[in-house]
Amino acid sequence: SHLKLVGRQEELAAARAARLDLLLPEEPGFLEADPGEDTCTVSQGDIAAAVDIASAAKHFELRLEQFGPYRLDYTRPGRHLLLGGRRGHVAALDWQTKTLMCEINVMETVTDVAWLHAETMFAVAQRRWLYVYDNQGVELNCLKRFPGVLRMQFLPYHFLLATASETGFLQYLDVSVGKEVAATCTRGGRLAVMAQNPANAVVHLGHSNGTVTLWSPNVKEPLVRMLCHRGAIRALAVDRSGTYMATAGLDRKLQLFDLRTYRPLHALVLPQGAAHLDFSQRGLLAAACADVVQVRPSPSLPRKPYLCHRLPLPAHGLRFCPYEDVLGAGHGAGFTSLLVPGAGEANFDALENNPYRSRKQRQEWEVKALLEKIPAELITLDPTCLDRVDTASMEQKRQEKIQRLGFDPHAKAKFRPRRKAKGGSSAGSLLRRKRKVAHEEQRRQQQQQQQRQHRAAP
Amino acid sequence: MNAAYLQLQYIYQICNDCVILIAVPRNYDPVLHPFEVPREYTRALNATKLERVFAKPFLSSLDGHRDGVNCMAKHPKSLSTVLSGACDGEVKIWNLTKRQCIRTLQAHEGFVRGMCARFCGTSFFTVGDDKTVKQWKMESPEYGEEEEPIHTILGKTVYTGIDHHWKEAVFATCGHQVDIWDEQRTSPMCSLTWGFDSISSVKFNPIETYLLGSCASDRNIVLYDMRQSTPLKKVILKMRTNTLCWNPMEAFIFTAANEDYNLYTFDMRFLASPVMVHMDHVSAVLDVDYSPTGKEFVSASFDKSIRIFPVDKGHSREIYYTKRMQHVITVKWTSDNKYVLCGSDEMNIRLWKANASEKLGVLAPREKAAMNYNQKLKEKFQYHPQIKRIARHRHLPKSIFCQVKEQRIMKEARRRKLQNQHENLQ
Repeated sequence: SHLKLVGRQEELAAARAARLDLLLPEEPGFLEADPGEDTCTVSQGDIAAAVDIASAAKHFELRLEQFGPYRLDYTRPGRHLLLGGRRGHVAALDWQTKTLMCEINVMETVTDVAWLHAETMFAVAQRRWLYVYDNQGVELNCLKRFPGVLRMQFLPYHFLLATASETGFLQYLDVSVGKEVAATCTRGGRLAVMAQNPANAVVHLGHSNGTVTLWSPNVKEPLVRMLCHRGAIRALAVDRSGTYMATAGLDRKLQLFDLRTYRPLHALVLPQGAAHLDFSQRGLLAAACADVVQVRPSPSLPRKPYLCHRLPLPAHGLRFCPYEDVLGAGHGAGFTSLLVPGAGEANFDALENNPYRSRKQRQEWEVKALLEKIPAELITLDPTCLDRVDTASMEQKRQEKIQRLGFDPHAKAKFRPRRKAKGGSSAGSLLRRKRKVAHEEQRRQQQQQQQRQHRAAP
Repeated sequence: MNAAYLQLQYIYQICNDCVILIAVPRNYDPVLHPFEVPREYTRALNATKLERVFAKPFLSSLDGHRDGVNCMAKHPKSLSTVLSGACDGEVKIWNLTKRQCIRTLQAHEGFVRGMCARFCGTSFFTVGDDKTVKQWKMESPEYGEEEEPIHTILGKTVYTGIDHHWKEAVFATCGHQVDIWDEQRTSPMCSLTWGFDSISSVKFNPIETYLLGSCASDRNIVLYDMRQSTPLKKVILKMRTNTLCWNPMEAFIFTAANEDYNLYTFDMRFLASPVMVHMDHVSAVLDVDYSPTGKEFVSASFDKSIRIFPVDKGHSREIYYTKRMQHVITVKWTSDNKYVLCGSDEMNIRLWKANASEKLGVLAPREKAAMNYNQKLKEKFQYHPQIKRIARHRHLPKSIFCQVKEQRIMKEARRRKLQNQHENLQ
């Protein structure tokens, strides 16, 4: 049938695409310890001394002690970095060439910063309202409908900025059109923990009663509610493929959940409890416990971490840089960029995110991305549901047909005995004839049941 | 230096030491390409909307006839030539690329009832109200020569239609009965008749070339085999069939354009019921012609519109109309599958694109690739309600729209009556 043919074609296409993996130019990095040594004892200085000069330059520290603990965000291609200090300092820079794009002080408390779709615009969640700035620091928009935002997540394929506020409201802003798409009262209290699932654009919120709720802009209730910890949730992270979710709670546990079955996979007890979590592109999980950053491979989550580093002050922001083996940590004394071999995806796809794109390429990409912007109504737990065949149940189809025609074409007509001569049509003989066919349906069903039992029994 | 070099290899690619291309490294890992299905759906939606935006099918109008266009004929060898006969006996030959009339001749006194081109393309035949069959040369006469038919046959009754055999030097006319003529003779080889009424059109089968079909005024369609002396089969419909057309790809399928606003596609082996009933016109269907692919056909109707139907569907995929176009008498689908010609009774022949949003001319390879991709996407998501709604939407002129609504109400009433009868019987 046509469906089978199309299914086979899709399998062939997937196999052919997988074969092209041979042509990938780069290989991921790695750190192997000599027998007897542990990778967690290797320091950043050792790694920087061992690699080439270009990679060593990716490990640097910015001492910014004046303007408070820093939150950070990387753009999707991983080229540009946005830093937001609590006391109002906001800076956007190309961190590889160390060229500063803009540096402003917004004169207000900054709770979170996020890049929008490209390195041309970013959003700053200030104490009162949400502001959108140009990459030169020019204020573009002040959004008064978004008061008290604590955390922001940008959904890149939907051009939606999801914001979680301190009054418990989850709001979605469409940045291409500039309209608020949805505002949900989550009734979960102060929303300070937020993550997005990159595979299906569902927003995860952590609450103070230990539950994690999953939200879509189309539904007023949470899609899923999971009880994860015995205390409040401190940190949340979802991996790139959307299969694992890591949560850290006040009970000092680090749990790994499978998002397909919503069941816990691994649990780890951290003596100090993790305050920030992030997954890298190749599945490494970074956890910031007070001022120590520990990196572990997931989903195995061993007790001994892969890498360890002590920051000068406790961390306030933790992000892996896409396509680079770099982990950025924002803390009370500024920003530190750490080398984590094997964290980033080695081979990028130039048509999705190209870290080396020119201005012309970025403009072309932006136009195409806007044309392909997925409408917010399509955000569901399963992103492939549009592809499936909608099998309406047989019963539903039959009901629709009866409604359309006005009668049931498959219903058996009532048995009317034929008129017979010579007393054959008297009341008694009619009744006798009717009794013969009276329970045919039941007899047929019983016969079928017996046949089924007979087939099942031996 | 090292960093700069590494970056360069991701930006530029040098081919053959001279050409510099922008490098586009690819990684087909599905984790790097999330939301595959919603993005494809959005692209399909955009492609469907753009198809409606670019749907501008009208190309040009061929002006020149001084009376309504009654019949048309395609040139079998040349894609740019078309012949048309008018109600004042004039026959014009048009060049479609220049959109000009290249030759005019006064063929008959009275209507030109039918015309057909010979399979070799060197001559064509016309029949008219003056009871004659004339054969003309396809080339224009030399300077000084007069327009004279090669051959004239005088008959006793009015001939209403003519069609030429696809391979041999034989043609068939219809009027009082179906006559099969040899080109060299002045009297028919054989005359076939079944019933007592006049026959309005006759068509030869392009694949099984000895088969003919004809439509008579007593509501029947008769099939003949040229090798026998009696007709083959007959099917009687509720109302009269105006014309029929054989499918150029399936030897046994033909479509009949009926007066009861429908077209019926029959399989000649099982004439008891039609393969498909095509319902969309709101007035009598006057002419039908198949596309050379055999997958679609175009029909001309008294309701000032032409519709394109797929062979296997009951409803049209496209409707073409213009305020200036009045009752469409004849329609033809050109042999390169790209254009549709229609002749109406307001003396104009109009040229339309068969695919309304197709870009004509030579396409660059990227354009072709993009077009193919969009086509495939539209096919993949064609059953989703939003996309189906946009793809199906056609703006109808007020007259046709009101008629469609009225006929739907009448059909509903008939269905409800049948339902009530059925219910009350049980």
